[in-house]
Amino acid sequence: MELTGAEIIIECLKAEGVDYVFGYPGGAVLHIYDAFYKQDDVKHILVRHEQGATHAADGYARSTGKPGVVLVTSGPGATNAVTGIATAFMDSIPMIVITGQVPKHLIGNDAFQEVDSVGITRPIVKHNFLINDVNDIADTFKKAFYVATTGRPGPVVIDIPKDITAEKVAFEYPSEIEMRSYNPTVKGHNGQIKRAVEMIKSAERPMIYTGGGVILGNGSEQLRTFTRSLGYPITQTLMGLGAFPASDPLSLGMLGMHGTYEANMGMHHCDVLIAIGARFDDRVTGNLEKFCPDAKIIHIDVDPASISKNVKVDIPIVGEVAPILDSINRELAGSAEPTNKGAIEKWWAQINEWRAQDCLKYDRDSDIIKPQFVVEELYNATNGEAFITSDVGQHQMFAAQYYGFDRPRQWINSGGLGTMGFGLPAAMGVQLAHPGEMVACITGESSIQMCIQELSTCLQYSLPVKIINLNNGYMGMVRQWQEFFYEKRYAMSYFDSLPDFVAIAEAYGHIGIKVEKPADVRPALDEAFKQKDRLVFLDFITDREENVYPMIPAGAGLNEMILV
Amino acid sequence: MKHIISILLENESGALSRVAGLFSARAYNIESLTVAPTDDPSLSRMTLVTTGTDDIVEQVCKQLNKLIDVVKLVNLTKDAHVERELILIKVKAENEQRDEVKRIVDIFNGHVIDMTDTTYTLEVTGDSEKIDAVLKALANITMLEVVRSGQLGMGRGDKGMV
Repeated sequence: MELTGAEIIIECLKAEGVDYVFGYPGGAVLHIYDAFYKQDDVKHILVRHEQGATHAADGYARSTGKPGVVLVTSGPGATNAVTGIATAFMDSIPMIVITGQVPKHLIGNDAFQEVDSVGITRPIVKHNFLINDVNDIADTFKKAFYVATTGRPGPVVIDIPKDITAEKVAFEYPSEIEMRSYNPTVKGHNGQIKRAVEMIKSAERPMIYTGGGVILGNGSEQLRTFTRSLGYPITQTLMGLGAFPASDPLSLGMLGMHGTYEANMGMHHCDVLIAIGARFDDRVTGNLEKFCPDAKIIHIDVDPASISKNVKVDIPIVGEVAPILDSINRELAGSAEPTNKGAIEKWWAQINEWRAQDCLKYDRDSDIIKPQFVVEELYNATNGEAFITSDVGQHQMFAAQYYGFDRPRQWINSGGLGTMGFGLPAAMGVQLAHPGEMVACITGESSIQMCIQELSTCLQYSLPVKIINLNNGYMGMVRQWQEFFYEKRYAMSYFDSLPDFVAIAEAYGHIGIKVEKPADVRPALDEAFKQKDRLVFLDFITDREENVYPMIPAGAGLNEMILV
Repeated sequence: MKHIISILLENESGALSRVAGLFSARAYNIESLTVAPTDDPSLSRMTLVTTGTDDIVEQVCKQLNKLIDVVKLVNLTKDAHVERELILIKVKAENEQRDEVKRIVDIFNGHVIDMTDTTYTLEVTGDSEKIDAVLKALANITMLEVVRSGQLGMGRGDKGMV
């Protein structure tokens, strides 16, 4: 039977097991929307701004491991999606973005709502396609999903001219696809794995440093086995939190600019660094010249280009985290008892001394609400089980530091691009994928305003997200840097006129609660989570000038932290 | 140091801009770049000359390899290879200069491929050093137009790249 291009797109999505598409209609995609109208298998979530669609699909992808799917129109639809595509790209999130395009004969004509979507998105996608022929739709979708979800995942854009979506052709979805130019490595090199195991066993001051790759590669179980069988300390990046449980005593928490003292000191003094699915980002390494001066480095990563990009490593292993850790675990289990027990005990004694600094302490008796306190109370109110999304800034760091994530895909934030406005739409995607589960968006009064229109989407689809607004009136992280490095000249980091967030929440049909006293924090949270079917916007008026500690200033090494 | 990188890539619209875009986005140097379809029309062969430290060139190669359209990549500079560049030069050639230009072209095994009463158009091929030498030899002649192809390269020995 012949189908239109638009119907073929729906069939492709069905064949890929897509249950939700996040989008916004417009002229160039009207045929596709008409095809959506005629079926119920793939549900369409109507957002209020295309940026929201990409972040929602992103949150869906991060919390499930399945690719998020976005549908937007040409021109402004595509450009509005750009921030969300770049966000997904920087954090290696699998995503398919379908952008409408003007009809083929108008391309290049400066037609109404025409932009070169493939050109604009080229540097922020894993790959992109412009479909020129209705016969190519099925193959292109198969390729797009394959590319987006394998190797180091990432967003893929498919640009489709409008006329093609109306043309008819016989549909057949390819069961397999082979691309001569794309063959990601899965299994690690055996010789390298053996060398790594020897180095791991002979370490005296080892440190395991893991990133988002462990979560993306579903290697959490293997990582737990690996770390616990060795009894070595582990620190995780902002993107890696949850892959190894924060509540396990082997966990030293997050490392990097706002990481813990024990994690960063451990990094600086280790003799063997085992980097797994992490990319030595500048927020993690600090000054590269001072980074891990005594360490031999093992690096496991699926992306060969991540190896020795910023830091030269001694034993690279290219491949997927899970099968490589499986191999390493097997090697470890089958090999002789390690002889480094004494050294490891001494190493832990040193680490525990650093730990005793209690670098995350803050004034728990304050009369003003401390943002850290809200996050801790949120942890208590949710038994540490909620999905937490965040925006970008101080609240993001507080969330990372004070909500101990025990499972992968529980913590969802824009780490690489640092996109304000990410949290609320991402939480929608998470909630849709996990109905009945607790989903909270930790945000600030600045970030939340960047995608606040999505409150309307939450009402339409009954998404009972809990918004934890840490409202200090400032763009907190900007203000903190201005305090530290610009002699408190708070240029443009203060909002003179903030809206009444409770009224906004209510205007959008939700519940709003303003909380001004520490004693009211927990009751407000309990009340919010009692509202199983309602979105509750909790506006916490917090300490205006609280800072995120500890902190590594720019240009410093990991051993040069500012403590409280 | 200069590196000659040979790339086989899918002969698709946009493939070239992916390569060029990568260089500008990551602030890598591009000295020259040539690209044309191969005997297999679904593939293009690109020869790209870049400069940088070994670490940077290693990153360049890894990032290029990561592009979905790149089928195969070889850094020719690492092993024995041949390289050739072609130059076309339109020079002023009048009176006794006509003989002089002709002599220079002969020395470099080049050809005069077009002429008018007052000009010659010359063609010379060779490695980049030779092309530079031709230009030097013609320094006293008025050059009206110069176009260089950029380098092409191929590994020595009995193996092909495909």
